Amino acid sequence: MWSHVRTLWEVLKHTFSRNETVQYPEEMPYLAPRYRGRIILTRDPDGEERCVACNLCAVVCPVDCIALEKTEGEDGRWLPEFFRINFSRCIMCGMCEEACPTYAIQLTPDFELCEFNRDNMVYEKEHLLIDGVGKYPGYSFWQIAGKTIAGKDKGEAQGECEPVDVKDLLP
Amino acid sequence: MDYGWIMIVPVLGGALAGAAMLIWWERRLLGFWQDRLGPNRVGPFGLLQIVADIVKLFTKDDWVPPFADRVVFILAPTAIMAGMLMAFAVVPFGPGLHVIDLNIGLLFFLAMISLAVYGVLLGGLSSNNKYSLLGGLRSAAQMVTYEVFMGLSIMGVVLLTGSFNMSEIVRAQEDVWFVVPQILGFFVFLLAGIAESHRLPFDLPEAEHELAGGFHTEYSGMKFGLIMVGEYLGVILVSAMITTLFFGGWLAPGFLPPISILGPELEGVFWFSLKTTFFVCFFVLLRAGIPRPRYDQLMSLGWKILLPITLINLLATGAIALFIAEGG
Repeated sequence: MWSHVRTLWEVLKHTFSRNETVQYPEEMPYLAPRYRGRIILTRDPDGEERCVACNLCAVVCPVDCIALEKTEGEDGRWLPEFFRINFSRCIMCGMCEEACPTYAIQLTPDFELCEFNRDNMVYEKEHLLIDGVGKYPGYSFWQIAGKTIAGKDKGEAQGECEPVDVKDLLP
Repeated sequence: MDYGWIMIVPVLGGALAGAAMLIWWERRLLGFWQDRLGPNRVGPFGLLQIVADIVKLFTKDDWVPPFADRVVFILAPTAIMAGMLMAFAVVPFGPGLHVIDLNIGLLFFLAMISLAVYGVLLGGLSSNNKYSLLGGLRSAAQMVTYEVFMGLSIMGVVLLTGSFNMSEIVRAQEDVWFVVPQILGFFVFLLAGIAESHRLPFDLPEAEHELAGGFHTEYSGMKFGLIMVGEYLGVILVSAMITTLFFGGWLAPGFLPPISILGPELEGVFWFSLKTTFFVCFFVLLRAGIPRPRYDQLMSLGWKILLPITLINLLATGAIALFIAEGG
């Protein structure tokens, strides 16, 4: 009985406490930089696409909302032929971001995804790609990876040793 | 001065407007107590939310389930509404401001508010749905529990007044409000009143968390609206009865000078509304704070604790009244 009276008193004290909610459209709530919202594709510092079309995001996606197909650029880079995210399926779980080996796919604090036409919820690569590096400013996958591309031969990547000449007998 | 039948208009209008206001006020108040804003979009302070809700209810499909007992299903919400509104007839809102000054006013109130329970019971039964049936069943169990001590708890007041007339009861409180000598009766009547208007924590017939809506699961449109307005009318009615029986009705607190600009009648209405509003807010606070008991817990509370308390209170009050009457 006493605990019920105390409950009533504790609830009554909330008459004078601040509101936790905000008047949403007029007053925007603060969203943390790592809030999981609309998905983007980022670029390397040199302006090229980070995505290497490895399909890991599409595999890990629990609702299968990501579809992509690999192609190879003339400079030897791998990149997606198309990259399609169906945001009417996406649950913003962020597993694609965790799976991505090149920091290409990232989630942003934008949650206002509303369209009158459902088809408009399907975002293609040109809608997803941004002109920036996102959360990882210095990272450039192709400068770290050992794969040869135009302008970067074997052994020229960051922290990579010169390739061993297997036909040489000298130590 | 007796205004007679003309009082029907302001009482009916006031009660219905109050019940409609409560739709908005309860949600707003719950919002504040849960650290949010509540409905504040439509009109100033969200006041037009009432209009929006009414328009919505009127435009909803008024559907009667094919498996329901059609006649009873349609009559049940009317019984709730009619019972509650009839009971308002004997409530004195100020000196002489009542629809009818029955000398058995209190009994009339008890009879009418019991009629309203039939609406709940029959609504649950006629829906022919297991959730509604459980709601109706609980309502019946609840009714036989609290009706007993509800009637007995206000007999102390009747003993002290010597009359069932509501205006007489208020006038008898000019020296001291009955909440002081009848504190036990007040608490018991408060609990019974919560159960009577089936509000939380005693909203067992409804219990939307367990029974999907209880007795009104199958109701839609304005039939549901009637049930809801009936419930809010019940809240106002029980608050008004608590005010009348235990808190001096229209009488101002004795230490305050009369507000001369209003005149005695408007002043009476002012104090009456103020006290009633206080108890209405208390009802909302109960909803915000207290969890719902199981219905066997409610029944054991009623029969094993509240009924003995009421009987002891009645016995003690009777003994003291007799002692004073004998010239003590």
